[in-house]
Amino acid sequence: MSGVRVLVGTRKGAFVLTSDEKRERWDVCGPHFAGWEMYHLKGSPVDPNRLYASQSSGWFGQTMQRSDDGGRTWEPVSNEFVYDGVPGTHQWYDGTQHPWEFTRVWHLEPSLTDPDTVYAGVEDAALFRSTDGGQSWHELSGLREVKGNLWQPGAGGMCLHTIVLDPNDPNRIVVAISAAGAFRTDDGGQTWLPINQGLKSPYELPDPDADVGHCVHNVAMHPSRPNVLFMQKHWDVMRTDNAGECWHEVSGNLPSDFGFPIAVHAHEPETVYVVPIKSDSEHYPPEGKLRVYRSRTGGHEWEALTDGLPQQDCYVNVLRDAMAVDSLDSCGIYVGTTGGQVYASANSGDSWTPIVRDLPSVLSVEVQTLQ
Amino acid sequence: MIRVMLPAHLRNLAKTDRVVELQVEGAVTQRAVLDALEAAYPMLRGTIRDTATWQRRPLVRFFAGKQDLSHEPPDAPLPAAVATGDEPFLVIGAMAGG
Repeated sequence: MSGVRVLVGTRKGAFVLTSDEKRERWDVCGPHFAGWEMYHLKGSPVDPNRLYASQSSGWFGQTMQRSDDGGRTWEPVSNEFVYDGVPGTHQWYDGTQHPWEFTRVWHLEPSLTDPDTVYAGVEDAALFRSTDGGQSWHELSGLREVKGNLWQPGAGGMCLHTIVLDPNDPNRIVVAISAAGAFRTDDGGQTWLPINQGLKSPYELPDPDADVGHCVHNVAMHPSRPNVLFMQKHWDVMRTDNAGECWHEVSGNLPSDFGFPIAVHAHEPETVYVVPIKSDSEHYPPEGKLRVYRSRTGGHEWEALTDGLPQQDCYVNVLRDAMAVDSLDSCGIYVGTTGGQVYASANSGDSWTPIVRDLPSVLSVEVQTLQ
Repeated sequence: MIRVMLPAHLRNLAKTDRVVELQVEGAVTQRAVLDALEAAYPMLRGTIRDTATWQRRPLVRFFAGKQDLSHEPPDAPLPAAVATGDEPFLVIGAMAGG
């Protein structure tokens, strides 16, 4: 029987939520790693029992965990993320150059073909890869050669938070970095290109069309069309049809085009989801109404999805890794909030139900579709 | 045997008891004790000291015999009572509340 496993990272531990294909009744397991910040957990598409988790603490730093039984038990793996060669420097808040310093792992992206290969996006921004199930990590340092000295941390830190793997081309990877932009490799991570043409940041950058420096919040792709990418930028929802060579805005009729996550429907490549947030200084939904917006036209035209979501006095945020879709026949959508709720829709967003209401602040939500 | 008392998060990470006993060869110093601790419990590498600089993490403290030894040089001898095992060497998560 098919079902889903939702992996929830929170400020104070991780939770595993499971259900059958109806997605009506849920089993909540956790907290795992109680008291630790769980920035991200994600399962291998090849082996759904293989999970990776980023576990961190302001006191005790970064540790990494791996499960080989679908999250029932976990074992620590290597937490040594050593920048390749001389780490170099990037811009600091005061305009001086500042040495690259590892802080934490924001995002884990398991390989599409090998359960022992996993990518890690870290702060200060860099991309690491493990090919031995997390026992060792090696930086793909060519990324930082793309004007890395000009990157600078945003309010959330200088983090590499998005990793998109191309299912048709194992050498192509797209990553996104807060306050640096989006980048693509076509040679397995040796060399990288900035892919920020068409992004405009007039309120964040002195040159609104700069090569690097744009505050990209999240990028999503449908596996059937890897050249089409959707982006939630700091402000603006963007789309490219040529793997980032040029972007154009598709914010259309959204009540605000500021936000963090973006996701694509599992079976409809032109159906896209965002969660509008009022502004960069007011990190909550416009009008106190939590609305997921859906476009069935690849952008421009958006409809508010409200059934089952709080429509008054709601002032939570949905962070960049806190929205995910399953791939059951009726596509499920999952949204986690900083108020500790995880809302699920089993019908492409038409209606929503809270799975849990009172978790610690949710940092990430991923879902595994189990056959 | 040297006795090291760990904070709850590190006990859970290492899946061990509150106090671990370690054999330390040679002079009993912070560095020697932490080297022995990390050798016995590799999952603790990086959680007490930065693995690049070997500096104590900012919000970790070392106490023994009612003294804060956090700022002592890593190769300074620890108190005799720690070396004999009469007193534990405490690894503490610093107060950081409001």
